[in-house]
Amino acid sequence: MSTTTGTQAAPTQGFGGVQARSEAALNAPRIAIRSLDFFYGDNRALKAIDFDIPDRQVSGMIGPSGCGKSTLLRVLNRMYSLYPGQRATGEAMLDGMNIVAPDCDLNALRAKVGMVFQKPTPFPMTIYENIAFGVRLHEKMPKAQMDERVEWALARAAIWGEVKDRLDTSALGLSGGQQQRLCIARTIAVRPEVILFDEPTSALDPISTLKIEELIDELKRDFTIVIVTHNMQQAARCADQVAFFYLGELIEVAPAAQMFTAPRHAKTQEYITGRFG
Amino acid sequence: MSQAATASPPAARPAARRGNLGDTVFEWACRGAGVFVLLLIGAIIIELFIAGWPAFRIFGFAFITSTDWDPVQEVFGAGVSIYGTVVTSVMAIMLAVPIAFGIAFFLTELAPVWLRRPVGTAIELLAAVPSIIYGMWGFFVIAPAFAKHVQPWIIDNAGELPLVGFLFQGPPFGTGIFTAAFILAIMILPFIAATMRDVFEQVPPVYKESAYALGATTWEVMRGVVIPYTRISVVGSVMLGLGRALGETMAVTFVIGNANRISSSVFGPGNTIASLVALEFGESEIGTLRLASLLALGFILFVLSFIVLATSRWLLRPRLKA
Amino acid sequence: MSLSLAAGVVPGPRKDPAVAAALGRRRKRADAVIRLLCVAATLIGLVFLASILITLTTRGFEAMSLRVFTHTTAAPGSDGGLLNAIVGSLIQALLGTAIGTPIGILAGTYLAEYSQGSKFGNAVRFVSDILLSAPSILVGLFVYQILVLPFGGFSGWAGAVALAIIVIPVVIRTTEDMLQLIPNTLREAVIALGSPKWKMVVLVCWKAAMAGIITGVLLAVARVAGETAPLLFTSLGNNAWSTDLARPMASLPVTIYSFASSPFEDWIALAWAGALLITLGVLAINILARTLLRVSK
Repeated sequence: MSTTTGTQAAPTQGFGGVQARSEAALNAPRIAIRSLDFFYGDNRALKAIDFDIPDRQVSGMIGPSGCGKSTLLRVLNRMYSLYPGQRATGEAMLDGMNIVAPDCDLNALRAKVGMVFQKPTPFPMTIYENIAFGVRLHEKMPKAQMDERVEWALARAAIWGEVKDRLDTSALGLSGGQQQRLCIARTIAVRPEVILFDEPTSALDPISTLKIEELIDELKRDFTIVIVTHNMQQAARCADQVAFFYLGELIEVAPAAQMFTAPRHAKTQEYITGRFG
Repeated sequence: MSQAATASPPAARPAARRGNLGDTVFEWACRGAGVFVLLLIGAIIIELFIAGWPAFRIFGFAFITSTDWDPVQEVFGAGVSIYGTVVTSVMAIMLAVPIAFGIAFFLTELAPVWLRRPVGTAIELLAAVPSIIYGMWGFFVIAPAFAKHVQPWIIDNAGELPLVGFLFQGPPFGTGIFTAAFILAIMILPFIAATMRDVFEQVPPVYKESAYALGATTWEVMRGVVIPYTRISVVGSVMLGLGRALGETMAVTFVIGNANRISSSVFGPGNTIASLVALEFGESEIGTLRLASLLALGFILFVLSFIVLATSRWLLRPRLKA
Repeated sequence: MSLSLAAGVVPGPRKDPAVAAALGRRRKRADAVIRLLCVAATLIGLVFLASILITLTTRGFEAMSLRVFTHTTAAPGSDGGLLNAIVGSLIQALLGTAIGTPIGILAGTYLAEYSQGSKFGNAVRFVSDILLSAPSILVGLFVYQILVLPFGGFSGWAGAVALAIIVIPVVIRTTEDMLQLIPNTLREAVIALGSPKWKMVVLVCWKAAMAGIITGVLLAVARVAGETAPLLFTSLGNNAWSTDLARPMASLPVTIYSFASSPFEDWIALAWAGALLITLGVLAINILARTLLRVSK
């Protein structure tokens, strides 16, 4: 699948001063979601979602609290399967496989679809072991190649320079921003095809936030990215495509520039201009 | 175990004549209760030491190592009972911890939700059963079963092994060090399992989800995240179980065989400090060296338990901050 | 070594689905084996619980009869019961709880409301935790030294005091834990009305934590009801009927202990009946305490 990079023209001014990146054509879908419903017990939290996630671009999901965006994100790597009483119906097709089907192999799915959480979660091990842990689950390789993979993952996550002299120290000694980049490195190391970000910078300071946004922009060369964010400016900065959710429904999907300059739905416009949420 | 409130409780308002007396009295009552508790443990330590002093004075340090226990000659030593205490407790821990871990893992990760509370409650009720019940059950149910089935089988099959065979010799009475350790293990099992379960449940779900998100199986999540995260607290719970096992009287007294010697076989009889004190107390007259020796044994047991319990507490209290 | 970070370049062996699948199968097998072992461990625990309860019920009910409740302990061969032991246990357990609970509540209140992380408070907490798990036989020996020897004899008072010492740390722990659950905003609201601190604690905090504190007391009662060792050295036991606290007093656990270690069949049967009674009582109190805690939440 070819990547079309957007032209770096001047950002267009949108509602509420939100600056969107300029128009980039959207690629063919990597994940195609059709008629997806999600239930917490009897409570229908996602209603008939139809949504395409383009290959190797950033899809942002925005909306007020409780709108279902995180719920949808967690469907994509079947995280909800850990909790009884939560279930999904419908289709989410990835490489000809339906993610929500009961016979989907969860471990293999999660090797393809990785997730970075809101709170940095370094494992209580050395930095090296944090990265190696995930890789060892799915691949066998001699130490020399593992060393290479660890270095590559940490470099891709823009943290190699800061940790290369202390790979054998505990990951718990890193700062918050560094820990989050470590978690990103850990997720990349497994070589997924899709990376899901669940509000990855809401617990971080502005400088770390900026670093991670730059990272995401760079990662999309190789990975399809879906990011849930509360911060509209972030969605505008990072995303190629933005989806607005409200009360469990997908209200509108559009390329970022269009979403923030000329949204079609009234609700979208109200949210973006800060009337609610 | 609860989390403390974020800030400390508000201080009393500045002295106003009316409320001040009530505040002072109440605060000193509460403080006094705290002082009482400290005095209490001090009194216990001192009293045991003083009462046991005659034995320490006469036998000196050798009291701890001597294996004599002769009421006629008036020579007493703590060696046999210290050995019995330590060996039964350590064996009990070795038997109980793997099973307790399995139960804790089952309760926190594997069991379907509807099963967790009933099984958890069943385990906690097992912890509430008084130790004398364990003693009786051990004596009337387990010991005969051991005598008829378990011990003969082990003696026949393992007794001939090179190097370790000597551990499994002797007539299969059903009682002895191993039986006592077994009963102790069943006794502390629910306690360790419940503590481990509480510790495992404290791992924030997002850590486990991170590992699952990499495609790990449940066991890999336990091994890679939960256990390392809780390692210190797990050791603390094991030590807590050990502390309880050291002082158990009734569960052990029925089945340990009450013999004052250290046998090489785990099926041989012996004594623990608690069982020896319980069994010999009735026959010891006031003012005798025998009674003093028993109290000296009590002091030694207190020191042992104190060290183990204090260590476990030190390991359990600080929460791991990631 | 500098690795190429260009798009599309990933070091390491090419993704081999066969290897990943084989690894996946092996990991799933290991996971399944561990699961099986854990289920087996749980079953082992439950089997032993069942064995204990079944033995208790069968042998206990065999020996149970109205006599147990109407007759005092008697010599083997004559139809005795356990009345004096039951009553003696009740008296000493309740008295011990009555003595230990106020001290425990006050000390727990001190830790939660006044200690503010001071060294003294930490010391009290530490000591309380040690006492909570310390061997109860040592409590018995201690009380023997201070209440039996100086007064020339075993007594129900000494037994009650020994049990009180065991009650104190249990009540301290639950009181402190329950009080710490109360949010500070509640305390501030009461003080803001102009209330003295002691009224805030007694009239509001204790009230708010009452269910938890009562649960703690109940659990303490359940614990001391089954204790044998402390009573062996303090109230000793009494084969005759006596409610005189100044003299040796019978108790269920001690009676069970002496009957069960005897060679007499009827005594052993009575021991099982007593064991069943104690276990039923202890389990009932535990379940009551839990339900109380759950209902109050």
